[in-house]
Amino acid sequence: MNWGSAGDFFAMGGYAFYVWGSYGVTAWCLLVEVVLVLMRKRTITQRLGRRIRMRSEVNNEAQT
Amino acid sequence: MAQRTINWFKYSSPASFYPLAGKLIPYFAALAVVLTAVGLYLGFFVAPTDYKQGEGYRIMFIHVPAAWMSMFIYLVMAVYAGMGLVFNTRLSSLMASALAPTGALFTFLALWTGSLWGKPMWGTWWVWDARLTSELILLFLYIGFMSLKAAIDDPRRAARASGLLAIIGAINVPIIYKSVEWWNTLHQGASITVSSGTSMEATMLTTLLVMSLAFWMYAIAVVLTRVRCEILEAERDTEWVAAELGKRR
Repeated sequence: MNWGSAGDFFAMGGYAFYVWGSYGVTAWCLLVEVVLVLMRKRTITQRLGRRIRMRSEVNNEAQT
Repeated sequence: MAQRTINWFKYSSPASFYPLAGKLIPYFAALAVVLTAVGLYLGFFVAPTDYKQGEGYRIMFIHVPAAWMSMFIYLVMAVYAGMGLVFNTRLSSLMASALAPTGALFTFLALWTGSLWGKPMWGTWWVWDARLTSELILLFLYIGFMSLKAAIDDPRRAARASGLLAIIGAINVPIIYKSVEWWNTLHQGASITVSSGTSMEATMLTTLLVMSLAFWMYAIAVVLTRVRCEILEAERDTEWVAAELGKRR
């Protein structure tokens, strides 16, 4: 075990700003990328789904 | 000759790759989460304090994997771009587009964490030395690739122009990799090499490899999700997309 206490852990032997700045920004960036890509997926599926349903309705009306 | 032929090109068609990618994504995502948890535990609680750099060296556990990923993703992207140019396969250029944002992100993270490590260890956030400068050029190559692709309306022409840029830019990757040998730089040489093994303590090396694998799995999961979006957009007028999206209301 490297750390005597939780305070020790967060202090990172005096490198707190650099270590947590690295890990924090990395975690934040990766999470944001995941959120963005999932939002993009939802938008596309919804938009294309609407388009496809609209077209099939137009086709159905044309046939009747 | 009764030889069973496997159609390796089957999954190069967007219509069959789309459902395959969809099935694989949860596994890669789960592996990414588990490996990250293990890697962070090893990195903070098992790996000992460095005798020279104190606790600050723990930045390396994300800096080195991010830098590896930044270069490797670029090469994969260039290979897909090249396949797109040569074989004219539709999926290749979609894969290249899906890889670029994640590659750019890892390049940014390599620069960011490197800078945060450089300040306490070298006494400066940034120097214009060969390793740092070539890595910055890599970031610009990713951005250039994405902008060029977005700037051209016709998707085929966009794929060709950006594909060419990706291939020409690939020359930068061996330059980054070898920069610490070719030039006299502030950046240290590689601690892990193919020829002479490693100069690192065992738990540190294990942590580095686990974190690299975690980043790998993360990148695959995200890129596959993004390529599915690219596929849907590119193929939106086809029958199979209509069937795929029409079935869930």
